[in-house]
Amino acid sequence: MAVALDIRELSKSFTMHLQGGLRLPVVERVTFKVMAGSCVVLGGPSGAGKSSILKMIFGNYRSDAGQILLKQGKAVIDIAAADPRRILELRKRSVGYVSQFLRAVPRVPAIDVVAEPLVGNGVTRDEARERAAGLLRRLNISERLWELPPATFSGGEQQRVNIARGFIPDLPILLLDEPTASLDAANRAVVVDMIAARKKQGTAIVAIAHGDEVRAAIADKIVDIQQFAAVA
Amino acid sequence: MNAPVYNFAYLDEQTKRMIRRAILKAVAIPGYQVPFASREMPMPFGWGTGGVQVTASILGPDDILKVIDQGADDTTNAVSIRKFFAVTAGVRTTTSTNEATVIQTRHRIPEAPLREDQILVYQVPIPEPLRFLEPRETETRRMHALADYGLMHVKLYEDIAVHGHIATTYAYPVKVDDRYVMDPSPTPKFDNPKMSDCAALQLFGAGREKRIYAIPPFTKVVSLDFEDHPFERYRHDGECTLCGADDSFLDEVITDDRGGRMFVCSDTDFCEKRRGDAA
Amino acid sequence: MNSDQPLLAAEGLSKFYGRRLGCRDISFELYQGEVLAIVGESGSGKTTLLQLLSMQLEASSGSVTYRMRDGVARDLASLTESERRFLFRTDWGYVHQDPAMGLRMAVSAGGNVGERLMAVGWRHYGRIRSAATDWLDRVEIDANRIDDAPRTYSGGMRQRLQIARNLVTAPRLIFMDEPTGGLDVSVQARLLDLLRRLVNELGLAAIVVTHDLAVARLLSNRIIVMKGGEAIESGLTDQVLDDPREPYTQLLVSSILPA
Repeated sequence: MAVALDIRELSKSFTMHLQGGLRLPVVERVTFKVMAGSCVVLGGPSGAGKSSILKMIFGNYRSDAGQILLKQGKAVIDIAAADPRRILELRKRSVGYVSQFLRAVPRVPAIDVVAEPLVGNGVTRDEARERAAGLLRRLNISERLWELPPATFSGGEQQRVNIARGFIPDLPILLLDEPTASLDAANRAVVVDMIAARKKQGTAIVAIAHGDEVRAAIADKIVDIQQFAAVA
Repeated sequence: MNAPVYNFAYLDEQTKRMIRRAILKAVAIPGYQVPFASREMPMPFGWGTGGVQVTASILGPDDILKVIDQGADDTTNAVSIRKFFAVTAGVRTTTSTNEATVIQTRHRIPEAPLREDQILVYQVPIPEPLRFLEPRETETRRMHALADYGLMHVKLYEDIAVHGHIATTYAYPVKVDDRYVMDPSPTPKFDNPKMSDCAALQLFGAGREKRIYAIPPFTKVVSLDFEDHPFERYRHDGECTLCGADDSFLDEVITDDRGGRMFVCSDTDFCEKRRGDAA
Repeated sequence: MNSDQPLLAAEGLSKFYGRRLGCRDISFELYQGEVLAIVGESGSGKTTLLQLLSMQLEASSGSVTYRMRDGVARDLASLTESERRFLFRTDWGYVHQDPAMGLRMAVSAGGNVGERLMAVGWRHYGRIRSAATDWLDRVEIDANRIDDAPRTYSGGMRQRLQIARNLVTAPRLIFMDEPTGGLDVSVQARLLDLLRRLVNELGLAAIVVTHDLAVARLLSNRIIVMKGGEAIESGLTDQVLDDPREPYTQLLVSSILPA
């Protein structure tokens, strides 16, 4: 089984200049590996830095030190050291991210929100919408909502749109931040199935999930982030 | 009381030199508007001072001058200008296109084909074809310099969009020698084809705007158009009541107060000759 | 087309007005398909930078290089006037904050959109009109307004017409100066949505000047934050806005009022 993602000595702190330069350490020397086709769940209490780690893998947060290594083709890339252009490319081809909250773009219908990652990658709009429809249906979003912008949806519905968007492209690494947080049991089960299907395809998944049930269903390994807590 | 003695053709020799230099430049760059130091003439701006200055600069004592206004030799302006040169230059004047060596015209080209030994001088009000689309002189000069004529076609496009066809009927823009877009002066578009490959030298003078331009003999002059809306000559569908010509540009003449009208050749000399031949 | 080479590269770009600083030492590379936002408050130098990049101002020092359609990278300062105008009319677009500056207000919408085509030699009225109709449709302007002059359009429509006029020759790089400035919020949203889609679909590169961080976040994937003529921070848009490093950036980000 190949190593899909290799996190080494990753460290992160925030410096709040508006608070007189106050330094908030988050994590120190985080190290773990994720194998292709498996799911690593990050454990630990809120505030431990789980979301920050996901964001660093996605390139949304910068890291103070350490490496985030993944393979792209034959090359090994370090996301922590990659330039913006490279990160954009990685996001298109290698790393997908489902954030905790859907950032709704005004006016865009839900089906187009979901289809967008494919359209940007050269798939025709019609085909992208078709695949989006399939995912929305699977996630039990009623068809009459597809043409509506998700800003007015319930939290659970928004989250499902977000998940559909994250799952629509077939990327080798998937980052999930509390994917089932606002979902009922039925939809939780759907998401767990989707994750399982992805694992079978060889996708490496890093997820944050509260709730023992979901964790048990998806995790192949649990990494407790508290062990990497940074000391101020 | 002594009448003032004029230099030949009114203008002093230095001025004529200046204008001839401008003419040479104009002939060297067909269709390009050459600025010149337009003089005070004994008629106001808007009455043909540009044409008069060009004519004055090229006349020689042996030239035979014809002056027409809208095709006619006998309108007030044509008569005045002809008299002006008769007095100041003492040259022979004529109404016959065939006889003339220099023809000054306002807003029409004679029907009879012109010869190599003739010069046609046009009176031009606004020399800049783009003026009504782009009021800035700085911009239009740039457009000509860079052959940036998209705007001209926008005007034609607008015509078709609004009227269904290119509605410009006179002063129809042309491209000279595949390079400069030029305003042929307010001649009817019927006359445009005559400018192309013409044996005579064509000179254009705008006194108020202070520009001279030229079309050398046998130069290609193409009227702007669209592939699917090609340039069409326009003339009234009919014959001249006086001479029967069906291929000349016709003027409409109202004959009574009951809507009666007739069409006659705009080119009076042409019409007379035809009637003379027939007689 | 070799997408490994930058489309536009600025190096050490500076502009001084006498002793007053417009902007100093700006360098970056822009690749095909990337949207760069230049954000800052008034007086930050962002508009100066945009004008330098789009050849409307001459730099005091530094250079801007652009990879032409034939693949050759040219120093923009070395282009002739003719080449410059041709570039502006075909491979580049410029969307002004005030659409009246980027349109011929008295010419019909069709004429406005068709002008660039006619300037590059299109001579078939039917085809020009059909291309114009196509583009009006893409910017969500009703096709039967094609013969109306933008004088009769609302602000949002004018802006969309300006976009159509710029995109008709399939440019590879678009400059936008506060494209949603002065528009009502709902109109802004519509316009931003349109811009996002078009940039995405057409694979355009764009440089967008804005003071509105939300617009930057929506439209761009890279950002330069400017203050007092200097580039304070630059990088991935979401990175800079979510994990701001510099004090000024942190100040800017924290100053946004939540809706």
